[in-house]
Amino acid sequence: MDTVAAEGLLSATWLVIALPLLGAAVLLLGGRRTDRWGHLLGTATVAVAFVLALLATLQLAGLEERAVDAELFTFVSAGSLEITAGLLVDPLSATFMLLITGVGGLIHVYSIGYMAHDPRRRRFFAYLNLFVAAMLLLVLGDNYVALYVGWEGVGLASYLLIAFWHERPAAATAAKKAFVMNRVGDVGLALAIFVMFAQLGTVSYEGVFGGVGALAGGTLTALGLLLLLGACGKSGQFPLQAWLPDAMEGPTPVSALIHAATMVTAGVYLIARSAPIYDLTPTARAVVLAVGAITLLYGAIVGCAYDDIKKVLAYSTVSQIGYMFLAVGLGPVGYAAAIAHLLTHGFFKAGLFLGAGSVMHAMDDQVDMRRFGGLARKLPVTFATFGLGYLALIGFPFLSGYWTKDAIIEAALDRGGWSGWLLGGVAVLGAGLTAFYMTRLMIMTFFGRPRWTDGVHPHESPSVMTAPMVVLAVGSVAAGFLLVQVFPLQGWLEPVFGEPAEAEHVVAPAVVGLVVTAVAALGVLAAWLFVGRREVPEVAPARVSPVVHAARRALYADAVNESLFMRPGQWLTRALVWLDNRGVDGAVNGLAATLGGSSSRLGRVQTGFVRSYALGMLGGAVVIAGALLAVTAG
Amino acid sequence: MSDSLLLVAMVAVPAVGAAVVAALPRERTDTARVVALGVSLVVLLLAVLATVAFDTGGDRFQLTSSVPWIPGFGVDFALGVDGIALVMLLLVGVLVPVVVLASWEDRAPANRSMRTFFAWLLLLEACMVGVFAATDVFLFYVFFEAMLVPMYFIVGSFGGPRRQYAAVKFFLYSLLGGLVMLAAVIGLYVVSASAGEGTFAFESLRQLDIDPDVQRLLFLGFFVAFAIKAPLVPLHTWLPDAGAEAPIGGAVLLVGVLDKVGTFGFLRYCLPLFPDASREFAPLVLVLAVAGVLYAALLAMGQTDMKRLVSYTSIAHFGFIALGVFAFTTEAGTGAVLYMVNHGIATGLLFIVVGMLIARGGSRLVGDYGGVAAHAPKLAGVFLIAGLASLALPGTNSFVSEFLVLIGSFPTRPVFTVLATAGIILAALYVLLLYQRTMHGPPRGVLFPADGAVGGTTGTDGTTRHGATAASATTGGGPGAASGGTATATLTHEAPARPASRLRDLSRRELVVVAPLVALVIGLGVYPQPLIRLIEPAVAATMSDVGADPAGTTPATTPGSTEGTD
Repeated sequence: MDTVAAEGLLSATWLVIALPLLGAAVLLLGGRRTDRWGHLLGTATVAVAFVLALLATLQLAGLEERAVDAELFTFVSAGSLEITAGLLVDPLSATFMLLITGVGGLIHVYSIGYMAHDPRRRRFFAYLNLFVAAMLLLVLGDNYVALYVGWEGVGLASYLLIAFWHERPAAATAAKKAFVMNRVGDVGLALAIFVMFAQLGTVSYEGVFGGVGALAGGTLTALGLLLLLGACGKSGQFPLQAWLPDAMEGPTPVSALIHAATMVTAGVYLIARSAPIYDLTPTARAVVLAVGAITLLYGAIVGCAYDDIKKVLAYSTVSQIGYMFLAVGLGPVGYAAAIAHLLTHGFFKAGLFLGAGSVMHAMDDQVDMRRFGGLARKLPVTFATFGLGYLALIGFPFLSGYWTKDAIIEAALDRGGWSGWLLGGVAVLGAGLTAFYMTRLMIMTFFGRPRWTDGVHPHESPSVMTAPMVVLAVGSVAAGFLLVQVFPLQGWLEPVFGEPAEAEHVVAPAVVGLVVTAVAALGVLAAWLFVGRREVPEVAPARVSPVVHAARRALYADAVNESLFMRPGQWLTRALVWLDNRGVDGAVNGLAATLGGSSSRLGRVQTGFVRSYALGMLGGAVVIAGALLAVTAG
Repeated sequence: MSDSLLLVAMVAVPAVGAAVVAALPRERTDTARVVALGVSLVVLLLAVLATVAFDTGGDRFQLTSSVPWIPGFGVDFALGVDGIALVMLLLVGVLVPVVVLASWEDRAPANRSMRTFFAWLLLLEACMVGVFAATDVFLFYVFFEAMLVPMYFIVGSFGGPRRQYAAVKFFLYSLLGGLVMLAAVIGLYVVSASAGEGTFAFESLRQLDIDPDVQRLLFLGFFVAFAIKAPLVPLHTWLPDAGAEAPIGGAVLLVGVLDKVGTFGFLRYCLPLFPDASREFAPLVLVLAVAGVLYAALLAMGQTDMKRLVSYTSIAHFGFIALGVFAFTTEAGTGAVLYMVNHGIATGLLFIVVGMLIARGGSRLVGDYGGVAAHAPKLAGVFLIAGLASLALPGTNSFVSEFLVLIGSFPTRPVFTVLATAGIILAALYVLLLYQRTMHGPPRGVLFPADGAVGGTTGTDGTTRHGATAASATTGGGPGAASGGTATATLTHEAPARPASRLRDLSRRELVVVAPLVALVIGLGVYPQPLIRLIEPAVAATMSDVGADPAGTTPATTPGSTEGTD
C-alpha cells in the first residue's frame, strides 16, 4: 500500500474529527450555560465536518495516488514499538467519512425536534458529537491502535446514549450489556494487534499489510479469527449479537445513527480494511462466511416474531449486517459489494428508524405495533418516507436494496460448488424472510383498523424531523442505482481492494434478480395472508407454535448467555469472596491469632502497639548493629 | 539551588513542614491545612524543577548527592533518581496537594485533631520521597520501614469503624515483609564485604557477581517484602481492609503511592541486583500476577463496600504491573512504570470521588445508593471518568500503560498475556456494575430518604435482582412486554421529578480537587510520550541488567522474507 503525504485540505482532515470533539467538550464542560444553543452547535460542527469531508474527498478523487497519509504526532514510542497518531484518507475511509458526517448530520437535525422536550437535550448532543468524533477516528486512523481507540470510543458513546434515560433500569442494564459484550470482542481485536506487533514489529496498516506475506498460515488464520471476534462484537453478529436489540432502549435517533447506519457496520469496515490479511487466509474467510450466513438467517427469523417496532428493525439490522459479513467473507469479489450494501443500508435503515421515531413521537412513545394500525392517513410524510425505505430494504426492483443485496447474492452464487449454492440459497431465503417481517411491520403500523390506546392522538412530526426523513428516503430510492450503475463504487474502491477478477456467473444476474424478486414477493404475500387479511389481536396470542415461541425468545440467545456465563459468573464471584474472606484472610488471621495467643487479645494489643513497635524497632536495630559489627569485624 | 540539593530539599521540606504543623495548637486546623497545602505545593514545584533538570539522555542516576551516614558500615545518606524514580516523585508531588485539598473539610474522630492528620501526611510525603530517591539500600530500607509509621497513624487514628483492626493488620503484614527484607539487606552487605569493601551503595552492589544460590535467597527476601507491599495474591488481604478503613486521603496515598514501592522495588532492586534469580523466579511471579488480575477482578465484582471494591480493583491492576515488570521487555517494563503513575492518578481519582459520595450518604455500601446521576450530574460524570480510567478505556491514561504492558509482554509471554487480556472484560464488569448500581436507576437509598429506602441493610444482591427484574420486564420479555417498556418510556421523557434529597452536586472546592486529576487522566491518555521519554531509558537499562535486549523486542517474522506463506 503506497501513500503520499497530505497536502492542502487533506492535511486538515484532523479538523473533521476535531470539530465534533470540540462540540462535545464545549457542551459537556459548558454546563447549563449552553442549554439554549447547545443543540445548534452540536449540529453545526457535524455539518461543517461534512463539508470539509466532501471537499477532502473531491481533492482525493483528483489525485494520481489515491491514498493520503497525514501524520500528526508520536503517540507512543517505547522500545521497538512506534505508534504514530496519523490519518489515512483513501477511497474506503473517505466513503465512511462522508457516510458518518452526512447521515450523522441529518440525524443531528432530526434530534433537534425529537429531543426538543427532553431536559437533557444538550447532553444528548454532546454524546452524539462524541460518537461522531470517535467513529471518524475509527475509520480515518492509519494504524490498528488508532482504530482501536476509536473502536472503544464509539463503544463508550454507545454506552452513554443507550443509558441516556438512565433512570430506567432497562436502559442502564442494556447499556452495560452492550459495553461488556463489545469488550469480549475487543479482546479479540487487542490480541490481534499484539500478534501483529510480535510477528511484524509494527501496528500501522502500511507496515502490517506490507509484511503479512511473510507470515505463516496458522498465524494469518489466527489474526483473521481474532479480528473477526472484534468485528462480531461491534457489529452484533453471532455469537455476540444479543446486545444489539437491547440497545433499542436508547433514544431512537441513537438507534438510527449508531445501531443501524454507522457504528454497527464498523465490523464490516474492519474486515474490509484488513483485506490483505483475509486475502491470504481462506480458513478465516470461511468462518466469516459462516458467521454472516448464520446471522442473516437468525436476525430475519427472530425479526418475524417481535411486536416492538424498534426491535424488529434491530433484528433486521443484525440480519442485514449478516449480508455484509457474507459479502466480505467472499473475499475480493465481495468487498465492494459489502461496502455498497453498507451505504444503501445506512440510508434506508436510518430512514426507517427515524420513521419509527416519528411514529413513536405520534403515539406517545409506544413501540408495540399491536397498538398501532391505520397510521398511513394520520402520518402521510412518515408513511411515504418509511414506505420507500421499506421497499428499498425488501429489494423492490430498481430501489437501493435491489441493486446492492442482489450483488451480494450473485457473488455468493458465483462462488460455485456446494458452498456457493448453500450460501446463495441462505441469502435468497433471507430475502424472503426480510420481505415477510417488513411487510408485517408495515401492515401492523400503517394499515388496518386503528388499535390505539386511549388518549392517543397521532399527529405528523414537525418539519425539522420530517426533512431528514425525506432526504434519507431519496437516498433509499436512488443510492443503489447511483452506486452500482452511475458512479460504480467498485471502481472508486479499486485502489484499496485491487481490481477484482471478472466474475464467471454460475447463474445469470438477470435470473438471480428475478428469483430474488419472486421470493420477496412470496414473503410479502405470506405477510398479507398472516397479518393483513385478518384482525391483529391487541395482545400477542399466547398459544403459538414452538417455532414462534422460540423466535419470540430470540431463539434463546439470552437464556444461553445467562446460563453459560452470567449465573456461573455470579456463583464463582460469590464463592471467591467467601474463599478470600474465610480462606486466604482467615488463614492469615488465624496465624496472627495463634501468634498473639488469641484473636481477642489482638484487639487489646493494638492500643499499646506503638510502644511495642518502638520496642521492635529497638530490637531490630540491635540485630542490625550486631550483624554489621560481626561482618565488619569478621 | 544546586540541582543536587533538589532531592534533599524534597525530603527536608515536608519533614520540616510536618514538624511545624505538629507544633501548632491542636485547634488551629485552618492554619494547619494551609501550611500543609503550601508545603506540598512547594514539593510539587521541586519535583517539576527536578524533572526540568533531568537529562533523559544522561547518566542512569542524576541529581545525586551523598554524605556518609554510618561510615563504619558503609552506609551513606545517598539520594539520586533515574527516570523511574523521577516519575514516582512527580506522582507524589501531584497527589499530596490533591489529598490535602480533598481532606480540607474532613472532621477528625473524637479526641483527634486534623492538625495531627496533616502533620502525619507531610511526614509521609517526606518518607515517600526518600524511599524513591534513596540510592543506598540501607537508606531505602529505613525509609521503607519509616513510611509505615505515619500511615499506621493515618489509618489507625483517622479511619473508619474498624480502623484499629485494619491498621494493625497493615502493620503486621508490612513489618513481616520488612523484617525478611532486612535480613536480605544485611545479606547483601555480607556478600559485598566478602567480595571486597562492604557497601550499601546501589551502583556498587549492582556490579557484584553473586552466587546463584545466594541470589535466590536474597531475591526472595526482597521479593516477599515487595509482594506484600504491592500486593500480589495471595499476600493481598491486608489491602482491602486498610483501603476500606483508611480516610480517603490516606487510601489515595496508600494505594496510589505506598503500594507502588513494591513494584518499584521489583524493578529497582530485584531485577538489577539478582538477575539470575529474577529470570528463574519469573514464571512463578507471572503466575501470581495473572492470578491476581483475574482473581481480584472477580472479587471486586462481589464486594458490597465501595472502598473495598476499589481496593480489589487495585490488586488486579498490580497484577498487570507485575506482569509488565517480569515479562522482561523494554515495552512492557515502560508500560509497567507508566501504569504505576497512571494507576495512582486514576485510582486516586476513583477513591476521591467515592469518598465524596460517601461523605454525602454516610454509607460505604453500594446497595445504599442508586439513581445519583439524575440529581448530581457532575459527581456522576467524574465518577464515570474515574471508572473508565480504571477499566483502561482508550483516551484515558490507563489505556496507554495497560496496552503497553500487554503488547510488550505478548512476544515473550503469550499465554500469560492472553489470560491477563481477558481481565479487561472483568474490569468493564466491575466498573460498570458499580456505576449502574450507584448512579443509574430510579433515585433510591440513603440519599433519597423520601422513598423510604433508608438504612444500610440493602445488599448488593438486592440491587442486582431489582435491576434484573425491571430489565426483563421491559427488554427480555419479547413481544408481549413491549407495552411495559412503553409506560416507563413515557415517564422518563418528562423532566425527572426531584425527590426531597440531601444530595448536592460537587462543590467548588471539590471541583478544584478533581479537576487536576481529570485533566491528567485525559491529557496523559492523549499525549503520554513526555512521561514515556523519561521512563524508557531507565527501564531499558534495567532490562539490560537482567539480560534482555534494551532496544525492545524483535519481531518474529522479518518483513520481506518470502517463506512461510501458504
